[in-house]
Amino acid sequence: MSRIKSPAELEAFRKEILAQRDPDKPCITLCSGSACNATGSGKVAAALELEIEKQGVTTEVVSRRTGCHGFCEQGPIVVIYPQGICYLKVQPEDIAEIISETIKKQKIVERLLYVDPNSGERATLEEDIPFYKNQKRLVLGSNRKIDPRSLEDYLAVEGYQALTKVLFEMTPEQVVGEVKDAKLRGRGGAGFPSGLKWDFARKAPGDQKYVVVNCDEGDPGAYMDRSVMEGNPFAVLEGLMIGAYAIGANEGYIYVRQEYPLAVANLTVAIEKAEEYGLLGKDILGSGFDFTIKVHRGAGAFICGEETSLLNSLEGKAGEPNARPPFPAIRGLWTKPTNINNVETWANIPMIINKGAAFFSAIGTESSKGTKIFSLVGKVNNTGLVEVPMGASLRDIIFKIGGGVPGDKKFKAVQTGGPSGGCLPEGLLDTKVDFDELSQAGAMMGSGGMIVMDEDTCLVDIARYFLAFLSDESCGKCTPCREGIRQMLKILTNMTKGLAKEGDIDLLFELAEATKGSSMCALGKTAPNPVLSTLKHFREEYEAHINEKRCPSLSCKALIDFYIDPEKCKGCGACFRKCPAEAIEGGKKRIHVIVQDKCTKCGGCHEACPAAFDAVNILSGVPVPEATPEEARAIG
Amino acid sequence: MKKLLLKKEIDAFRLKAQTLEHPREMVVDLLRAIQDHYGWVPDEGVELTADILGVTPIEVEEVATFYDKIYRQPVGRYPIHICDSICCWTRGGEEIAAYLQKLLGIELGETTADGLFTLLPTCCLGGCGRAPSIMVGQRFHGNLTSEGLEQIIHELRAEAGG
Ligand SMILES: Cc1cc2nc3c(=O)[nH]c(=O)nc-3n(C[C@H](O)[C@H](O)[C@H](O)COP(=O)(O)O)c2cc1C
Repeated sequence: MSRIKSPAELEAFRKEILAQRDPDKPCITLCSGSACNATGSGKVAAALELEIEKQGVTTEVVSRRTGCHGFCEQGPIVVIYPQGICYLKVQPEDIAEIISETIKKQKIVERLLYVDPNSGERATLEEDIPFYKNQKRLVLGSNRKIDPRSLEDYLAVEGYQALTKVLFEMTPEQVVGEVKDAKLRGRGGAGFPSGLKWDFARKAPGDQKYVVVNCDEGDPGAYMDRSVMEGNPFAVLEGLMIGAYAIGANEGYIYVRQEYPLAVANLTVAIEKAEEYGLLGKDILGSGFDFTIKVHRGAGAFICGEETSLLNSLEGKAGEPNARPPFPAIRGLWTKPTNINNVETWANIPMIINKGAAFFSAIGTESSKGTKIFSLVGKVNNTGLVEVPMGASLRDIIFKIGGGVPGDKKFKAVQTGGPSGGCLPEGLLDTKVDFDELSQAGAMMGSGGMIVMDEDTCLVDIARYFLAFLSDESCGKCTPCREGIRQMLKILTNMTKGLAKEGDIDLLFELAEATKGSSMCALGKTAPNPVLSTLKHFREEYEAHINEKRCPSLSCKALIDFYIDPEKCKGCGACFRKCPAEAIEGGKKRIHVIVQDKCTKCGGCHEACPAAFDAVNILSGVPVPEATPEEARAIG
Repeated sequence: MKKLLLKKEIDAFRLKAQTLEHPREMVVDLLRAIQDHYGWVPDEGVELTADILGVTPIEVEEVATFYDKIYRQPVGRYPIHICDSICCWTRGGEEIAAYLQKLLGIELGETTADGLFTLLPTCCLGGCGRAPSIMVGQRFHGNLTSEGLEQIIHELRAEAGG
C-alpha cells in the first residue's frame, strides 16, 4: 500500500479492510498489555498460534493481540468475539481446550469464566461481569478490539474519520469551538478547560507552534495513560493532529516516561505506519496540512510530568519547573507557543469530533463532562482500570465495580489524586467523581489513581508515605517545597515512631500553609494535601499517635507490640515455628512467650496462631503485661 | 577497553545533530545510547555527548545527574528497580525489597560482586494492578512472591552464565 492521498482514497481503503473482515467469524483476542505480558501473555500467544495451526482452524478464526483490557487482577484475558465470551487467568495449557471446545463446538470452558465471589455465579460474557457491566468505556473500549500496531484495525473502528472531517470540513476556529462546547477538561490533573487552552495557543502570536503529549504519568497508583498509549496509540496520534491543526502547529512531541517501554514500542510502530500511509508527514490526505512527530523518552523523574519541567526536559535541560506565567501556550518549547495535554485528554478528541460536542457534554455533571479512567488499586477485590461517566459515586466505583474490600476487612479510606490528592473517609463515599466536588471534599480528581485502604492502614503513615515520595521527587529548586516537605516529613516520621510532641499538629498546619503558599510549581503547592486531608478526616488518629503513642490501625511498628495471651495459648508451637527472629520461648504443652527485645514485629506469629485460639494479640498504647514466669508455663 | 559507543553510532548521532534545529534535545537519547552500550555513563561519556551536541560538559552533567535512570556510576548487568510506590508498599513491597537484599547479599544501591545485579529503588512503575513489582532493565515483573523472585534471579543467572 502506498500513501493515501485523499479522503476518498482513505474511505476506499477502509471499505476494503471492512470487506475482508467477516464480523461473524470468531475472533480470539488476547490482552497483551504490560501487566498481562508480565504474567505470561507472550506464552499464551505462542500457544494460541500453535494450536490454531495444529487443530486446523487457521481459516476459521482470527487471533489478535490487543492492548490492556483493564481487568489486570484477572489477566491474561482472552475474549472471543462476536459473542464476547470472556476467559480469565488463561494459561498456555488452556488454549487447546478453548479451540477444541469453544471454537469448534461452541461450548463454554466453564472453569475459565469469571466467578462472582459473593454469589458464586459464573459470567460467560464480558458484559455480564460486574467489573465491566458498570463501566462506560468510551476511551478504553477500543483497546480490547484492536491490535495497537495495526493501522488497519484502527481504521476498522472509525480511525482517522475525525481527522478527515477536521481537515476538510472545519476551520481551526470551529475545531476549537467544538472542544470548548464539549466542555472537555484536562485529564492530567488540574482539569483546565482544553478548548480554552487551545484557544490561547491558537491566538498566541508566532508562526512556529508545538503540540505535546504528556505521557509521563508519575502519580503513584496511576497507570491509565500507560494502557491508552500501549493499547491505542493511533487514537492519541489522531487527537494530537487535530489539536495541531486547530492551534496551527506542524510539529508534535510525545514525552513518554522511561518506565513504559511497551508504550514507546507500540507508539513507534504506529508512527512508522502512519508515515508509510501518508497519515503523517507532508500534505496529509491532500489537505495541505503537514505534521511530524518525535517521541521523547524520559529518564526517571516525577517532576517531569509538570508541564514546564517537561518542556525543559524536552529541550535537553534538567527537568526543573519554571514559574508561570508565562504559560506554555504563550511561551513554551524553545519559547514558542505550545499546547500540552495529557494522553487521556488527547484520546478523547477524535470521539468528540466524530460524535459531536453535544454527545460528549450530555455525559457527566454540570462542571465535568465525559468519562474518566481510574486505576482502582490497593485493598479492593477487582483491581484494574475502570472508566466511568463523570458523576459516578466513589461508592459505586469501589463496591459495584471494584467488588469492595477483600477479606473481612472494613473499608477505611480512599485516596484520589495521587500525591497532590487526599484521603476520603466512609462518610464521603457518596461524593461524585467531578473535578469540583472532589476538590471540595478535600481530595482531587488528579490523573486518576484511586487507592482503596482498609482498616489496617494507618493514615498518619499514609501521609508520611506521600511526603517521603514528594521529598524524593522535589527537584529542590525552590526552598519552600524542598524544606517545607522535609520538615513535615520529619514530624510525621516522628509520629509513626512514637516520638511526636504536643503542638506537632499546629506545626504541621503552619508548615503546610507556608509550603502551599510559596512554592513555585504545583508539586510544592499541593504537597501538603495528603497531610491536610488526613488531618481533616482522621484527626483522632494523629492525636492517638501523639498523646497516647498509640496506632489505632495497629500498623506502625514502633507503636505496637505482639503479646501471647497466656489464658488462650494452647502451646501448639505454630508461632514458635514461624518466628524468624527466634524471639519466642515455647516448649511442648507450655505457654509460649514472646521475648520483646528480640521481636522484629513481622507479624508472623499473629498470622500463624490458629484462628480458634486467637492467642496472639497486637497491643498499642498500653504496656506489655509481665511475661508468665518460667515455672508457671506448663499447660493443663 | 570497551568503547563508549560504536563509531558508526557516533557518526549517526553527529549527522542527526546537524539536521536538528536544537541538537541539545538529544542529550538524554545520547546518554542512554552510551549507557546501553557501555553499561553506564562515565565522565568520558558526558564529554563525548557535549562534543557531539555542541554544548558544554556541565550542561550535559546537569542532565545526566538529574534523572535516576541515567547511571553515572557503574551498575550491574541487570539493574533491578524495585518499586516503592504506594500500591507496592501496601502489598508487601518492603518485604520484596528486603528479600532481594538478603537473596543477593547486598543493600539498596549496591552491586553484587559478580557484577550481575544492582538494586535500586524506583518510584511507581505503573504496574499497580500487579503489585508488588520490579523492573529488571526494561522488563516488568509483577505479583511478586519470594518464590517468583528466586525464579527471576535464577533465570537471569542462567542467562548470564550461558
Ligand atoms: C508535580 C506534577 C506532576 C505532574 N505529572 C503529570 C503527569 O504525569 N501527566 C500529566 O498528564 N500531567 C501531569 N501534571 C500536570 C501537567 O502540569 C499539566 O497540567 C497537564 O499535562 C496538562 O494537560 P491536561 O490539560 O490535558 O490535563 C503534573 C503536574 C505536577 C505539578
